Amino acid sequence: MIIDEYKKPKTIEEAYSILTTKENSQIIGGGAYMRLSKKHIGTAVDLSNLKLDFITETENYIEIGATTTLRELEINDITNKYFNGIISKSIKNIVGVQLRNIATVGGSIAGKFGFSDLIAALSVLDSKVILYKTGAVNLLDFINKKHNDVIEKIIITKNNLNADFQSIRNTKTDYAILNVAVSKHNNNFYKIAVGARPGIAICADKAESFLKTVDFSKENAEKAGLIASEEIKFTSNFRASAEYRQELCKTLVSRAILNINC
Amino acid sequence: MKINLKINNQDKIIDIRPDEMLLEVLRKNGCLSVKHGCDTGSCGACTVLLDGKPILSCSYFAAKADGHSVTTVEGVQNKVEKISKYLVDEGSVQCGFCVPGLVLTTMGMEKELNNPTEDEINHYLSGNLCRCTGYVSHTRAIKKYLEDKK
Ligand SMILES: Cc1cc2nc3c(=O)[nH]c(=O)nc-3n(C[C@H](O)[C@H](O)[C@H](O)COP(=O)(O)OP(=O)(O)OC[C@H]3O[C@@H](n4cnc5c(N)ncnc54)[C@H](O)[C@@H]3O)c2cc1C
Ligand code: FES
Ligand code: FES
Repeated sequence: MIIDEYKKPKTIEEAYSILTTKENSQIIGGGAYMRLSKKHIGTAVDLSNLKLDFITETENYIEIGATTTLRELEINDITNKYFNGIISKSIKNIVGVQLRNIATVGGSIAGKFGFSDLIAALSVLDSKVILYKTGAVNLLDFINKKHNDVIEKIIITKNNLNADFQSIRNTKTDYAILNVAVSKHNNNFYKIAVGARPGIAICADKAESFLKTVDFSKENAEKAGLIASEEIKFTSNFRASAEYRQELCKTLVSRAILNINC
Repeated sequence: MKINLKINNQDKIIDIRPDEMLLEVLRKNGCLSVKHGCDTGSCGACTVLLDGKPILSCSYFAAKADGHSVTTVEGVQNKVEKISKYLVDEGSVQCGFCVPGLVLTTMGMEKELNNPTEDEINHYLSGNLCRCTGYVSHTRAIKKYLEDKK
């Protein structure tokens, strides 16, 4: 990676202005992933002076600043208090503490990585990405559209849903071969996201619809796993074959549903 | 560009390239204990303490570290000798390449966790790979070190 100029703006307005006016400029969150890139960056815009490292709770939302590190998120009391600790559970095996002390929430969302454990977990919560100029965007819309903007924070509605996260890795600190997040509201309204397929997390709509029509039972959890594994597209890479991922999907989806209900 | 860095309690003004990683800058400035392992953020050999917290210096832009304080093994010799003795006694050292990073992560853990369980120790140290000895002896050594410290 080549960087011609490294800036640490003091305001988000300044960061946005550099991003949108200087040629080949790029935001640096933690920089842990950026540094692996072969890009030639004109101006690197490091957000670390913007005071965006915070996790707060309002009456209706949890708010997570973009430069909050994954380690801060993992051990925070607020994030651990809600949704059965799914956020912490999803990120605690990302490499080691040292990497999680660098990698940021903003970089983990903006990177739109197929393997992203955090994106899978946030996909089953009511999560919004707050961009400096664009404003609030649903996480799924953010993932599907390109934005030349600065992520300021993530907000998650505190709606007391139950949630679970499952992943399989060749070794504890490796990328997931498959990750699965499931959440459930009071009624039979489930959200199921499957990621590291190796593509980015997507929702298992048919499995969700099936669960709406039946009562909870082990058999129905397994049936939902089967439906999810048939509706979602898996591909092969050097970590695992598409067929293996499909098998894992059945088990991980049903295991997450069972965990939520038992 | 110039950055201000406190390395092992010494204030320095260092000239760096904007794309230089902290690992290279530290090694150029005499901290050869900081090991150049995978260079991709996967092995933990390049671990240093940044304001007391363990980070991977291969994955941290030196420019980002401007104004912060970095600790390497060179700055905490007594502590390193203490922890290393336990590692040696438990047969957790062969080539030694992973040891500086492991010791600094252990120091980070001591600061962050009170009376960690074996699971918590293993979780905290899981980002420090060792290609020689396996991990059981590491856990045994660090557990003994923490117990004897009480
Ligand atoms: C060795 C290694 C292993 C990993 N393993 C896993 C894993 O198993 N599971 C997993 O989920 N993740 C994994 N990750 C990814 C990691 O968790 C982070 O998601 C990644 O490092 C990006 O975070 P960052 O802060 O370093 O972002 P950066 O590298 O700084 O940036 C990543 C991208 O986001 C953009 N960006 C950063 N912040 C913002 C912002 N606020 N607004 C707009 N754009 C922004 C940057 O311009 C860049 O395009 C791994 C990373 C590494 C290096
Ligand atoms: S050299 Fe930094 S993690 Fe391997
Ligand atoms: S002793 Fe050789 S890598 Fe750990």
